[in-house]
Amino acid sequence: MLEIDRLSKYYGQHKVVDDLSFHCQAGEVLGFLGPNGAGKSTTMKMITGFVAPSSGSARICGHDIQAETLAAQRRIGYLPEGAPCYAEMTPAQFLAFIADIRGMAGATRASRIEEVVQLLHLGPVLSQTIETLSKGFKRRVGLAQAILHDPDVLILDEPTDGLDPNQKHEVRELIRSMSKQKLIVISTHILEEVSAVCTRAIIIADGRLLVDDTPGNLAAQGNGDLDEVFRRITEARAA
Amino acid sequence: MNMIKALFRRELHSYFATPVAYVFMVIFLMLMGAFTFYLGNFYERGQADLQAFFSFHPWLYLFLVPAIAMRLWAEERKSGTIELLMTLPVTPLQAVLGKFLAAWAFAGIALALTFPVWITVNYLGDPDNGAILAAYIGSLLMAGGFLAIGSCLSAVTRNQVIAFILTVVVCFGFLLAGFPLVLDAFSGWAPQLLIDGIASLSFLTHFSAISKGVIDLRDLLYFALLISAFLYANTIVLGWKQAD
Repeated sequence: MLEIDRLSKYYGQHKVVDDLSFHCQAGEVLGFLGPNGAGKSTTMKMITGFVAPSSGSARICGHDIQAETLAAQRRIGYLPEGAPCYAEMTPAQFLAFIADIRGMAGATRASRIEEVVQLLHLGPVLSQTIETLSKGFKRRVGLAQAILHDPDVLILDEPTDGLDPNQKHEVRELIRSMSKQKLIVISTHILEEVSAVCTRAIIIADGRLLVDDTPGNLAAQGNGDLDEVFRRITEARAA
Repeated sequence: MNMIKALFRRELHSYFATPVAYVFMVIFLMLMGAFTFYLGNFYERGQADLQAFFSFHPWLYLFLVPAIAMRLWAEERKSGTIELLMTLPVTPLQAVLGKFLAAWAFAGIALALTFPVWITVNYLGDPDNGAILAAYIGSLLMAGGFLAIGSCLSAVTRNQVIAFILTVVVCFGFLLAGFPLVLDAFSGWAPQLLIDGIASLSFLTHFSAISKGVIDLRDLLYFALLISAFLYANTIVLGWKQAD
């Protein structure tokens, strides 16, 4: 479903992502962990075709992101870091635009927009411009955009950043409910999120893969304390 | 094609969703009127044509068209929506075309709203309306040329002010390419072939023929090639300046 092979990105001499490889399947929720600046976002930008890798490849449902960019991008739903949306549009206009770009039409288009609006509780703000919305609503508009076409692969860069505890809970429920048929990759530095929704955790630092394990196994190494394990792994590397 | 249509509609709508469109149109129409009737001596000339009107278009466009174009890509970079746009299943060329056509349509709407000038000249006399139509087409083509340059340069930066200034400077160069102001910079050292080449790129020369009602295929081809070249450059700029 998602095959990352020896993916690297250099900016000049600086290695942001260094020889990263992993494969994952539908049904997995992959937590992508690492300290700030570890290369999480850059990796996601490469998987989604925004940034070209210096070397290596990413394949989405068998489509190489460099060679068959559009075919791969059709299978992906992506929430970029910070959930950028067109500020002068209303969520209704914005979702209609995304539906057009995703080639949705007719009754499925209308019903799918309706469904996503329900799922993310966007009803009350549908005709307000996005720039006037709170951070929580903006994030949910970004999420709505990402899941609108019911993609096979969902890439979410810090999906719960800026949400209050109730909204975080709802987004996690949403991720869990979608995880059966999809592959979901979320990047986060909130460790409780990993134990809450992920079936697999990958820790990277300085662009290198350090750990690839289940959250349960990871927690066991630190006697149930994920924070402890995370610190030990990433700081050992820095030292 | 549907992609371009969706992008076009979003972009055109975004002009009208903010005060940009209204401020621009009001200023554009006021300046057009003022230039035509005061500086252009529309009445004093005593001729039933729109020379007084069209001769100011290149100079008005020099400052007003970069103002439409500057936001096209710089704003996408600034707000981060470029990441959203370029990870949707859209090719860079589709994105460039959708945006450019929306900006061009917007300029076209502003230009069409100058119709009272046309009514005035028809009320006062008996002008050659075919020549006026040709001049309008020429003016629209020239606006397209300015916009293509502006769109390309807007992709270079995330700062709209820089995009604006760069575009004004480059457009100024293109406007006066056939004049000593530009040519003198090359005449000392460059071969004559290059100088002739530069001189033939002038907006003013190509526009002045059309604005008098003479539609020459070479002038049309010039604008078509200029627009294509800058839009192609635009897609390349997007390619190598993806991430920041």
